[in-house]
Amino acid sequence: MNKHAGSTIADAFAQSPNGKAFIPFITAGDPTLEVTERLVVAMAEAGADLIELGVPFSDPTAEGPVIQDANLRALRNRVTTDDVFAMVGRVREAGCDVPLVIMTYANVVFSYGIERFAARQAELGMGGVILPDVPFEEKAEFSETFARYGLDVVSLIAPTSHERIRAIAAEATGFVYIVSSLGVTGVRSQITTDIGAMVRLVREANPSVPCAVGFGISTPEAAARMAAVSDGAIVGSALVRMIGELGEDCVGPVADAVRAMAAAVHSTDNGDGGVCP
Amino acid sequence: MSNSPASRGRFGVHGGQYIPETLMNAVLELEEAYDRYKNDPAFNAELEDLFNGYAGRPSLLYLAKNMTADLGGAKVYLKREDLNHTGAHKINNVLGQALLAKRMGKTRLIAETGAGQHGVATATAAALMGMECVVYMGVEDMERQALNVYRMRLLGAEVRGVSAGTGTLKDAVSETFREWTTRIDDTHYCLGSVMGPHPFPTIVRDFQAVISRESRAQILAAEGRLPDAVLACVGGGSNAIGSFYHYIGDEGVRLIGCEAAGRGIDTWETAATISTGRLGIFHGMKSYFCQDEYGQIAPVYSISAGLDYPGVGPEHAWLHDTGRGEYVAVTDDEAVDAFEYLSRTEGVIPAIESAHAVAQAIKLAPTMRSDQIIIVTLSGRGDKDVAAIARYRGEDLHE
Repeated sequence: MNKHAGSTIADAFAQSPNGKAFIPFITAGDPTLEVTERLVVAMAEAGADLIELGVPFSDPTAEGPVIQDANLRALRNRVTTDDVFAMVGRVREAGCDVPLVIMTYANVVFSYGIERFAARQAELGMGGVILPDVPFEEKAEFSETFARYGLDVVSLIAPTSHERIRAIAAEATGFVYIVSSLGVTGVRSQITTDIGAMVRLVREANPSVPCAVGFGISTPEAAARMAAVSDGAIVGSALVRMIGELGEDCVGPVADAVRAMAAAVHSTDNGDGGVCP
Repeated sequence: MSNSPASRGRFGVHGGQYIPETLMNAVLELEEAYDRYKNDPAFNAELEDLFNGYAGRPSLLYLAKNMTADLGGAKVYLKREDLNHTGAHKINNVLGQALLAKRMGKTRLIAETGAGQHGVATATAAALMGMECVVYMGVEDMERQALNVYRMRLLGAEVRGVSAGTGTLKDAVSETFREWTTRIDDTHYCLGSVMGPHPFPTIVRDFQAVISRESRAQILAAEGRLPDAVLACVGGGSNAIGSFYHYIGDEGVRLIGCEAAGRGIDTWETAATISTGRLGIFHGMKSYFCQDEYGQIAPVYSISAGLDYPGVGPEHAWLHDTGRGEYVAVTDDEAVDAFEYLSRTEGVIPAIESAHAVAQAIKLAPTMRSDQIIIVTLSGRGDKDVAAIARYRGEDLHE
């Protein structure tokens, strides 16, 4: 297969109007792969800087109920890793070069073959993977192969990471995914973690890697607040819930929600936690 | 190229720490605490007191004379973990982990359970030590093991039903990990088997190794020699690794793990991980898992709720790789026959899990000489299974 045009994760932040990325997450194959394909294009047009595409897994241990259900819906449709790659191929052939990163679990990549998975992503102009069950200690098993293909294995830091942040950030590529809260994915009324402090620790260790905040963000206001103290905001459950409720009719409303949140993130100035010039 | 610390807790390629970053400091703290206390005389003396003064250890090594005579081959001994307080080997691990959690300043235990034995054991230890306890159990298993649900509540634990996925043990494990990420400071995850991220497979193995430490001394006292084979059932594999551990260096002792074949290893309704699984990464560890070609974890089946798990502990995967351990698959039918056989022959009703090991002993003993010895671990007692076995035999009996 010919290599498709596409973009790296770094491009996603660099190409944004204010250097801050709005990053929506959806589960591929929920409600169908055909709708996912339309969602990717619509979200890109609505201003998404980087799209996190979930490859469904039978036992998504880092997810709350909303995304767990989306995974099960996709698997009931018998969506496979190869089907997701084929769908991305169609998105690329349609001329959409939005930066794309796959979010899935270690076993999906390991079972496919780490090398084969990375090669396929590179062919499709994708940016790499987010694997929530692969911490710093186990990352090299994946990242050494992905790096050879110019792909990133995104590092995550959590409110419990404390003294680990420095070492994780020092080796991070693509972006650092800041998990805003304890627990699993899902909408939260409030985020109490001092995100600005986490961002500062990352910056001290690695001034060049952007930080984006996820877990619990559901409104343009919250997305803007998080982007003000970092380099971006990730929204998953709030969109996945809409998809679950609206089914095949979700594309317009989800694009509208993405447009509102992307605009909020792109109009953000650095707050007191930000250290961007 | 990478400055990452080396991946820890490996048994060959198996094991490791494949968990969310949110939990990493929790498992590192656990590892540090365990390293501090495992050789601490005061900690070990307190654990020994609990084993002997509360759980009723040492457990008997019982010569099954009737079974031996009936099978007409090797001498069969039963290591009677079913006689422990709470009726299974699970209490060994739980007392150790609860004591460790206390030393770490934790006030709350959370646990997964399949058959309910580990949940009951955890609820028991929590009651004894004045700790809060929440047990996660698949809704399917709550139905199959309703008495154990009531037992846990009687002991003061909260039981939360897990309806996600297949509503069985693997889903209960996933949910307990999820719960742990929400509340770490005061909470210890008391994992019930030799699985999950390092250091759990090592900690659980060490606490269960009391089984083979005792049986080795007991068989030497009774027979003046080591056994020719040790048999135990394997789900995650905690009673098996505990039964094998102190014999691993004795090359002449065969170590035979008995997995649940369910309706057969050539069907989809099986839980025989080593016989039918493939290398993968799940629940914190690299090991063998029942899964499809894309790595989706398979919905496994066994008549036994305690063996109904799609993975196996990393040390067993390694014992299999090296050939030191032998792993065989035993069907529902064979296990139920063995359940009835042992009840009739020795007056001992085994847990349906343990009956898988008994079934293998029934096959193996007649092929051996009368001067040979096998030890079968009875990991638990069968009271909890009586109604289910009756229904399996077509009786309309409910608890």
